Amino acid sequence: MSVFIQNFIRFRPLLNELIARDIKIKYRRSVLGVLWTLLNPLMMMIVLSIVFSNLFKFDIENFPIYLLSGQVIFNFYSEATNSAMTSILGSASLIKKVYIPKYLFVVSHICSSVINLAASFSALILVMAAMRVELHYTIALACIPILLLVVFSLGVGLILSAIAVKFRDIMHLYSVFVTALTYLTPVIYPMSILPGWMVKIVNANPLTNYLTMFRNVMMNHTVFEAKDLVIGVIEACVAMLVGMYVFYRNQDTFILNL
Amino acid sequence: MENPIIIKVDNVSMKFNLSSEKFDSFKEYVIKRIKGQVSIEEFWALTNVSFEVRKGESVGLIGLNGSGKSTMLKTIAGVLKPTKGTVSVIGTIAPLIELGAGFDMDLTARENVFLNGALLGYTRSQMQGYYPDIVEFSELIDFMDVPVKNFSSGMVSRLAFAIATIGIPEILIVDEVLSVGDFQFQEKCERRIQNMIDNGTTILFVSHSIDQVQKICNKIVWLEHGHMKRFGDAEKICDEYRRS
Repeated sequence: MSVFIQNFIRFRPLLNELIARDIKIKYRRSVLGVLWTLLNPLMMMIVLSIVFSNLFKFDIENFPIYLLSGQVIFNFYSEATNSAMTSILGSASLIKKVYIPKYLFVVSHICSSVINLAASFSALILVMAAMRVELHYTIALACIPILLLVVFSLGVGLILSAIAVKFRDIMHLYSVFVTALTYLTPVIYPMSILPGWMVKIVNANPLTNYLTMFRNVMMNHTVFEAKDLVIGVIEACVAMLVGMYVFYRNQDTFILNL
Repeated sequence: MENPIIIKVDNVSMKFNLSSEKFDSFKEYVIKRIKGQVSIEEFWALTNVSFEVRKGESVGLIGLNGSGKSTMLKTIAGVLKPTKGTVSVIGTIAPLIELGAGFDMDLTARENVFLNGALLGYTRSQMQGYYPDIVEFSELIDFMDVPVKNFSSGMVSRLAFAIATIGIPEILIVDEVLSVGDFQFQEKCERRIQNMIDNGTTILFVSHSIDQVQKICNKIVWLEHGHMKRFGDAEKICDEYRRS
């Protein structure tokens, strides 16, 4: 364990560099540069809120905000896990030649997604302010479901990245899975329109729980229930432990399959 | 008094699976598995290699192509984990296994300096200190803000060499990288390595040029088809190697 911590401290600067690299490359040669991390979600949200304030009318107060908060959470999960999945494959040339703790690549991709999440969260706050939605103090609690979601995504990302090294199929399969997941998470629709059997499935989706917690503090100005919190913590821990187990079991064979 | 042992290679064997049919997809794997067609050919790149390196020694690895030299270096660098046996290394390793491996072609030379420094475990502020030295050594002062993808291969290897040899690492691993650049730069590289040896760095050196090996190393590990044929003083083994 102490070796593990020593290694982590030694490679801490590398993590910073890897994250910086991700961000730099993404916005290279664009005039506004890093400002796009904020502008892009903001503009997306403006489009969506214009469309959805006029198009769909579920009986939800502030439907655009309902939708946008769902998107912030879901897009983070989808982006983080997808980029984590290919992180090991994408760093093949490096892994083959230099010794680096391999989980760093997964962690760095999750971290860059967290930066994007922070940007889209700020954009959401801006949109809420522009739409004159009350910004209640419970918003500060949003960090709890977000933190749990990050841990959950990291766990899933570790599992996916380890499997993707051995079987590339998982990349294609997972994109289909994520699309299905979009509809199994109440991002666009309210839970109330679902038939009873669907509610069970949707509730079994860990993302639903995180999203509900997030919406409660953002929109409904209520603190989430202790039960939801406990379930969320357990799900995040299980994902993380399984992820670490799968990753550590397989990491020495990565190099043979890259 | 003899110097302490810094690298200990103990009975190391490395097995690669050459699957007769390579499968990348799960479906193929399952089908082949059910049909019992997953025939795996084993290939031992290294078998029972043991040697010890003491601090301050410079050890050359020689052998023909495919004799396991690079595999040996990679197991010492920690990139590969040996199938059997153990490798214990005390101290920091600066690997010069393939120059430019850690470069991101889209980043500029300056950004790559910091990225690569971090790969070697240096912080940004430490790298700031080494930066002028790297620029000076690689002779690339006019090109530091150019993306590395626009570099010539000579420029890439000059920069990579300059980064990899900053500071005085305890162990330096050199894998046939001195063949880069013009002869002037080669001499500069050799001088730098010599300087490190004088400062007590342990060197592991692979080259096909037996003269170069003899010039730099005082011990030799001679590998043949993954077996260690000889281990000992440079002079004797070099002569023997030339005759074979």
